[in-house]
Amino acid sequence: MSLARAIETGDVALLPSRRDEEWRWTDLRGLIRAAPPPSPEWDGPLAPGPFSGVEAEEVLIVNGRGPDRIAVGPGERRTVALRLIAAPNAGSHLSRLAITVGEGAELTLLESHEGAGEAYLTAGDLTIDLAPGARVERIVMGVESESGVAVSIAKVRAAPSARFEQTVLVSGARRERVETVVEHPGAGASVRLDGVYLLADRRHSDITTVVTHAGVDGVTDQLVKGVVDGQARGVFQGRIVVARGADQTDARMGHHALILSDRAEVDAKPELEIFADDVACAHGNTIGALDEEALFYAAQRGIPPDEARALLIQAYVGEVVDRIAHEGARDVARAWVAQRMGGSL
Amino acid sequence: MTALLSIRDLSARVEEKEILSNLSLDVPSGEVHAIMGPNGAGKSTLSYVLTGRPGYEVTNGSVTLAGEDLLELEPSERAARGVFLSFQYPLEIPGVPALTFLRTALNAQRKARGEAEIAAPDFLRLVRAKAAALKIDFDMLKRALNVGFSGGEKKRMEILQMAVLEPKLAILDETDSGLDIDAMRIVAEGVNALRSPDRGMLIITHYQRLLDYIRPDRVHVLAGGRIVASGGPELAHQLEAEGYDRYASLAA
Repeated sequence: MSLARAIETGDVALLPSRRDEEWRWTDLRGLIRAAPPPSPEWDGPLAPGPFSGVEAEEVLIVNGRGPDRIAVGPGERRTVALRLIAAPNAGSHLSRLAITVGEGAELTLLESHEGAGEAYLTAGDLTIDLAPGARVERIVMGVESESGVAVSIAKVRAAPSARFEQTVLVSGARRERVETVVEHPGAGASVRLDGVYLLADRRHSDITTVVTHAGVDGVTDQLVKGVVDGQARGVFQGRIVVARGADQTDARMGHHALILSDRAEVDAKPELEIFADDVACAHGNTIGALDEEALFYAAQRGIPPDEARALLIQAYVGEVVDRIAHEGARDVARAWVAQRMGGSL
Repeated sequence: MTALLSIRDLSARVEEKEILSNLSLDVPSGEVHAIMGPNGAGKSTLSYVLTGRPGYEVTNGSVTLAGEDLLELEPSERAARGVFLSFQYPLEIPGVPALTFLRTALNAQRKARGEAEIAAPDFLRLVRAKAAALKIDFDMLKRALNVGFSGGEKKRMEILQMAVLEPKLAILDETDSGLDIDAMRIVAEGVNALRSPDRGMLIITHYQRLLDYIRPDRVHVLAGGRIVASGGPELAHQLEAEGYDRYASLAA
């Protein structure tokens, strides 16, 4: 990853730019003139993470320092709160982590990207390997500061009959990108790649996913919803590739966004590339405003405009939140949406 | 005694087109008034002007509810003061269970009036009783409001909301449209159960048949944006027999 090399060398010329098709809406080269200095160690206190109320083992990676692997043995069931933290003194750093999940094991990964500092540049480089029959539910919560630039790229390799489910919950940063690249074997494996972005002010967030179905009989289901206000910008890039021979693939992608302000923007690129026969693939993409008629109906029943908007928006993104399987994480996600609405985004 | 609802010389337009023209009408507390008229007479416009729908501009006249100027208030404030409109085409609200919507509405109105929120068990007890009276399956209230409901179910949901919110002034806009006889009977019983000395009602309808079930105290004919005739319940029968033709000239 050229971003990783840029951070390691401090050479901003290596940052991805708008000339890279996959980065054209999240141009880092044009944004960052000089790389922040390498992040030093942090030995100060840390605020509780967004999943601190959920019972889980905590794994800390602070300013890029922490364990470099998590191994879940065959048949094990674990819930891990993985906190990738840019501490108040953070400059630029890279966090690398390899996660392996053994045969028949189950991992709930509550992953938070927490930016406590200012003007930092961070990159996460994760690999997640699922053995046959393994199950992973990954919830990614981005809590970045508005001056930070944070990119996370996860490479997921699923074995036959594995199940990988993901929900990304982001509220943006100066630039924020959560990218997930999945090698899908088909073979009874299933993948869910959901996301919610709630963006206000001048924040930016980019949810990018690539799923490649390599074999017959695989399922991918994706639902991403976003709401943008102020001068915020939401980016969704979703690509599903069905390779030659990956017959009987069932792949569905939906991306839907609400734009609340005429200065906010959503850029979406849903792509299906199908080289196989006998597949069921569909995608839907809608971008619109809140329904004025529904707002008047709610007002006529006595619900004031701000409350009506919050009610309708919570219902809108609630469809995604309801798909989170882990109950504690689902409650955290609901509270996150409600709290964002309380500040009217 | 002043009327509950008092409309004086009301003119209103939509996109530069004048729809209501010096309309005056009084509805005292405890009475049910029907407004009948041909299509395009301004019946629905009147309901939207009274409830403050955006896009409807009042150019002249006044509207008061129990002496208070309604036109100065936001739609949600009018609702909290006791104005309820049963929509001709109730909106679907995806993702919001009917119970959640109704509890949010009731508590918002209570808050606006400086009252305490209703406790959850009391709310459920209240809704259960009202739903049973309207033959609404309680489980339906756990579904997203009006999403996938039939026309009759939507109209019953409107009456249920009215029963729970207990407005001072209920406006029913074409509540009979899309209802079969059985559904209309249930809806009419629901409305009649809400007749009260403390409440006024305005029934807007094109046809007389709903008025066989909800007997009005007064009937008004709306044509060309104003009230052109008023009378007792017999006027509705006369309109049914003779049509609206004779009022077309009065309206011009």
